[in-house]
Amino acid sequence: MIVIDTANHIAALAAKMARPKVAAAYPITPQTTIVERLAQYVEQADVDMEYIRVESEHSAMTACIGAAATGVRTFTATASHGLLLMHEMLHWAGLARLPIVMVNVNRAIGPGWNIWSDLNDAMSQRDTGWIQFYASSNQEVFDGVIQAYKIAEHHDVLLPAMVSYDGFILSHTSMPVDVPDQKEIDAFLPEFKPGWRIDVENPITHGNIVPPEPYMEIRYSMQRAMEKAKRVIEEVGKEYGERFGRYYGLVEEYRCDDADYVIVTMAALAAEAHFAVDRLRERGEKVGLVNLRTFRPFPYEKLNYDHMIVIDRDISPGLGGVLAHEMKALPGEVYGFVAGLGGVDVTYKDIERIYALAREGKQGWYPTEVK
Amino acid sequence: MAIKDLPMEEYLLEGHAACPGCPITIALRTALKALGKKTVLVIPACCSAVIEALYPKTAFNVPVLNIAFEAAAAGASGVAAALKMLHETDVVPVVWAGDGGTYDIGLQALSGALERRTDFIYVCYNNQMYSNTGIQRSGATPYGAWTTTTWGGKKEHQKDLSEIVMAHHIPYAATATIAYPQDLFNKMKKAREMKGPRFVEIFAPCPPGWRFDMSKTVELAKLAVETGVWVLYEAVNEHIEFNGTSKSIIEGKKERRPVEEWLTLQGRFRHLTPDDITEIKRELDARWEHYRQLYHSQQKGE
Repeated sequence: MIVIDTANHIAALAAKMARPKVAAAYPITPQTTIVERLAQYVEQADVDMEYIRVESEHSAMTACIGAAATGVRTFTATASHGLLLMHEMLHWAGLARLPIVMVNVNRAIGPGWNIWSDLNDAMSQRDTGWIQFYASSNQEVFDGVIQAYKIAEHHDVLLPAMVSYDGFILSHTSMPVDVPDQKEIDAFLPEFKPGWRIDVENPITHGNIVPPEPYMEIRYSMQRAMEKAKRVIEEVGKEYGERFGRYYGLVEEYRCDDADYVIVTMAALAAEAHFAVDRLRERGEKVGLVNLRTFRPFPYEKLNYDHMIVIDRDISPGLGGVLAHEMKALPGEVYGFVAGLGGVDVTYKDIERIYALAREGKQGWYPTEVK
Repeated sequence: MAIKDLPMEEYLLEGHAACPGCPITIALRTALKALGKKTVLVIPACCSAVIEALYPKTAFNVPVLNIAFEAAAAGASGVAAALKMLHETDVVPVVWAGDGGTYDIGLQALSGALERRTDFIYVCYNNQMYSNTGIQRSGATPYGAWTTTTWGGKKEHQKDLSEIVMAHHIPYAATATIAYPQDLFNKMKKAREMKGPRFVEIFAPCPPGWRFDMSKTVELAKLAVETGVWVLYEAVNEHIEFNGTSKSIIEGKKERRPVEEWLTLQGRFRHLTPDDITEIKRELDARWEHYRQLYHSQQKGE
């Protein structure tokens, strides 16, 4: 069935169809229409779920941790400052190996207050042990949420997963989305089987004081799980494609086969870059696009190109664009551009201009300081 | 109930890591006997997170979810919601938190969980300071007390947590102390048999933190009630009844013992000046005047 709706309503619909038993969430712009829609679902009995209207995002994540530890599928959604308030508990969920799924609507961080898109909120959670997906369209939001559960709950993985997309550019923009039947979703995503759970018949203590050596083992096992997640993401993306006709992997490669230069970016900027690549190709430029669907685990094996033009809608002050700097360890040449912070519009024309600047060997802050 | 009639089952096992003379183990042992096997403890950062013992062992014979300092009531909200969805409603999530994790950093999460009518029990064991981190002042530390962040004595009085909790109009709230295990057992049992948000605050004198001999834990807890420094009551559906020695005091059948008896037993009050003691007495009198008004308003309401 084709549904035309905003990414936020699509995310809420996907969450509902994944049948979480507990959701806990707190309103924040531009995510709020997700919590509103979830409340409607619950009040209209469209979904059998305990919905905890918590008093903060910190408590939202903590309640999800408590519920997931008790052995049920959970959901939450947030944005920006809400995600930052969760930060401690993001680590907690990762280290506790609880496959919570969260939607994060990317929004710039204040001050000054800014409700528009940039990816700094999610990018600054990169070390919390969460699998991070970025969506470029409302369809990818739907498909991403459903797949995120299957990947996170896979027993080779058992890590929490976050699906991020740009505030307003996607969150409040209606697009057509192909939504499978509930039966098909149920067949793809069976009921959650926890890796461990709180059980009065098996009274274990979870998370007590741990000496250095076993702590390092816990960290090592997380790292291994992230590495295994790469295979699982590819497998689940393939199975999703076989069932629903839309294939997914760690990255989306667009017109890359004979490309001399590839543009590497993520989220809504990647959608825009498709148009830029098409227009550049019409002019004979051998350019492609790598859309990073997965930022954690980091798909470095998919970034094997000689010339990579990286556009970051995020900034690590004192370093530069986060993605560009993570890629500088790769063998190829990286041209890093920081653009579109705080919701500054970046159109396909800007991306064509960035391409031209990179061809001159330049990089930097677009458009003001490119050298 | 005689102490020999308490259930034989032990849910606090041997080999825990508490200090000698620790009041928390008395509280835990008694409370868990009342709560029984179908209990999930949610424990934030506090002494009890250490008492559990080192991974991969545990001294607790009920499941425990350790959680971040400020988050216990929110974690229990999630456990409660999941238990409901799993139809395991005979299992009760119980937060077991210290005063730092309750009066201070965890107050927001507690208030939220109470207001949402979460089906859980919240226990605050109150030793009047951050003891796990090494004796720092908390919102529960009394006026004049030495701590490692109030070297010259705390300049402010404690806040009244139980009354903050009762302002949420919950079905059950009670205060207790480790000096009267039957009273504690009965209150935990009553809480266990009810539904909705329930709260019990347990007064717990800490030998290293308060600077007294480890053999005097129970004696100090008793003295706290007899001097009126601590008050015992329970509120069932917002109807407050004072218990034990506190009841005798409020009914005028017994005098409060002089607060000096309580103060002089503890090294943390050694430096107090006569003015400090006057201030402590003033606050204590004001607090008891407030309790008396509470008592009389309840009597009138009947």
